[in-house]
Amino acid sequence: MSAPQSILPLEIRRLVFESGDTRLLHDIDVTLSAGRRTIILGPNGAGKSLLLRLCHGLLKPTSGEIIWRGAGTRSRVIRHQAMVFQRPVMLRRTAIGNILHTLRIRDVPRRERRERAEAALALAGLSHLANRPARLMSGGEQQRLALARAWVTEPEVLFLDEPTASLDPAATRTVESLVEGFHAAGTKIIMATHDLGQARRLADDIVFLHKGRLLEFTPASEFFENPQTPEARAFTQGELLW
Amino acid sequence: MVARIIRCATAALLFSFALGVSAQAQNGPITLASTTSTENSGLLGAILPQFTAETGIPVRVVAVGTGAALNIGRQGDADILLVHARSDEDAFVAAGYGAYRRDVMFNDFVIVGPRDDPANISGMQDASRALTRMAETGSTFVSRGDDSGTHKAELRLWAETDIDPQSASGGWYKESGSGMGATLNTAAGLGAYTLTDRGTWLSFRNRGDMEILLEGDPPLFNPYGVLLVNPKRHPHIRADDAEKLVTWLTSSTGQAAIAAFRVDGQQLFFPNAE
Amino acid sequence: MDTFFHAFAEAGALLASLDADFLEIVGLSLRVSLSAVAIACLIGFPLGAAVALYKFPGRGVVSLLLNTFMGLPPVVVGLIVFLMLSRSGPLGVLGLLFTPTAMIIAQAILVTPIVAALTRQIVEDLWREYGDHLRSLNAGPIDTLGTLIYDARFSLATVVLAGFGRAIAEVGAVMIVGGNIDHATRVMTTAIALETSKGNLATALGLGIVLLVIALSVNATVQIVNNASARKAALA
Repeated sequence: MSAPQSILPLEIRRLVFESGDTRLLHDIDVTLSAGRRTIILGPNGAGKSLLLRLCHGLLKPTSGEIIWRGAGTRSRVIRHQAMVFQRPVMLRRTAIGNILHTLRIRDVPRRERRERAEAALALAGLSHLANRPARLMSGGEQQRLALARAWVTEPEVLFLDEPTASLDPAATRTVESLVEGFHAAGTKIIMATHDLGQARRLADDIVFLHKGRLLEFTPASEFFENPQTPEARAFTQGELLW
Repeated sequence: MVARIIRCATAALLFSFALGVSAQAQNGPITLASTTSTENSGLLGAILPQFTAETGIPVRVVAVGTGAALNIGRQGDADILLVHARSDEDAFVAAGYGAYRRDVMFNDFVIVGPRDDPANISGMQDASRALTRMAETGSTFVSRGDDSGTHKAELRLWAETDIDPQSASGGWYKESGSGMGATLNTAAGLGAYTLTDRGTWLSFRNRGDMEILLEGDPPLFNPYGVLLVNPKRHPHIRADDAEKLVTWLTSSTGQAAIAAFRVDGQQLFFPNAE
Repeated sequence: MDTFFHAFAEAGALLASLDADFLEIVGLSLRVSLSAVAIACLIGFPLGAAVALYKFPGRGVVSLLLNTFMGLPPVVVGLIVFLMLSRSGPLGVLGLLFTPTAMIIAQAILVTPIVAALTRQIVEDLWREYGDHLRSLNAGPIDTLGTLIYDARFSLATVVLAGFGRAIAEVGAVMIVGGNIDHATRVMTTAIALETSKGNLATALGLGIVLLVIALSVNATVQIVNNASARKAALA
């Protein structure tokens, strides 16, 4: 799924984010390229969510730059991205209604909408729940619906903010396999998690954050076998980090 | 989709609005501003349909106090007025707001009050003396207090006494600032006296234990006048049609209709056009 | 107590007889108030939603005014509209005084702040929930407004009923701008005022009971429709 003009790689330069007097992200510098699944890893409060939201454009940096390739207007760039949140936002409609809404916002021609929505539901294993009010579905089903919604936008980049944090192992597995599906179709995955096991399963690259600083940016295999920094070492050994 | 609905709805609203507006400009009814006594008694409801049947001109009646009716005439929001405050009517014409004034009918005012008559005015002949008696005994009197024809008549009665009722306002003298019906309701509720025109009284249905205690004194004579709003001042008024109503009211047909109107067998208004 | 008993009897008689004059008054009441509410919603929904969503200078003041105007005294609104529409007034050439249109305008002015202020609160709350998702989709202003208003439709239905209640019950504005003209601008509330001033208290109260019955019917209808739809969409 790469657009005629790809928006990757993403260059993040000296990114700083402050809220009030508190500096929450310190001088993040990293370049993320297509094809590799990037996991933003770190303990709670490391700034993973913030980083995702800044990249996606939901927040403005205090200083520094977020540069997408072929940088055009914000709206051009964001059309090639999608985001799934930790707690999915379900519109007060049916499951298929939620997807149809996204298709309408994206100006997909009316005749095509139903078919594409049904295809996305099928992919997410939710066809039998098409007419179920979305808010009545289970957490796992809702997250799968959020992914199906993201699917129809054919994103070049998919941001995920701890999507399985509140799900049981079975639901987690299903969500992860859907994420793999995006990857197989060519979408760049940028996912935040504090779950080591999930990171091990899914990551090609690790961006390790701690207290708002980027401590390591390494290929996953290297990171887990040979973490460079003491914090990374402690984290991969399952020790608490504050 | 939403945008389309909004566009259609707005268009529909503007269209019906325009229809409503334009309807005013064509062959519409004339507007008569009158007093609550003529409306509430049922007189206008009885005689105006006869006029409409004869001439095909519908009449819309806005019934407010005399003061408000004159004001509506001044603003040009009515075509013709039927009120009962002679000096104000003359001033209205003199100031150029009215084209002319004609006598139409008269009735009279009466003083009503509780059957047990604490001020002991029953059977008295002199209305002003009766009011003095009320002031002396501190018996509650409810005034219109609203610049209406009835209110002005009441004030004329007080002017013949040594008493300034305003000084007792809120005490035994209560100014309701309301129409005749509301004032009667208040008087009935308080067991108080009040001045009312006979027409409203005869058709009023919440008398409690009130009855007529004083009548017939010449100052209680209550003449009504019909005025044409001056078309020179307000060119848009339906002067031709309104004049037809003036003519009709003062013609033998109209005068007969006024005389024929009765409530409980009693004639309420007495025609007196020249 | 006698009066109350007679009032119920009168109300029953009115409803049973379906007297032509009575139906005319009821019809006009509904026409005026429903039109006013429709206009108020056309203006109030987007206005309230816009104040909720967009930061502009003076936003706090607008919000304050909307809340304050929910309590506009009907008689004051009536007076202002009367002066505006009078032949001697700025809009006199329209010739709208003492017509149902004037009554609709006055009631629309009364109801719009209610709709706008309550919509603002509802949309604000909903935006807190939907904001991330809609911004992630890069939804434009119209799409955002449309999504929020549609998804808030059940709460907004209650807002509409609040507006309707205000309109159908008020007498001050319609009395002044309409003039309570028989067969032209007489509605239920002004008819009640008239009967009261004639001393026909039982009739007045009977009309009042009928007014309540009608208001009840409107509310009940909306509630039934609301519940049926809400069950379908599960307002969780």
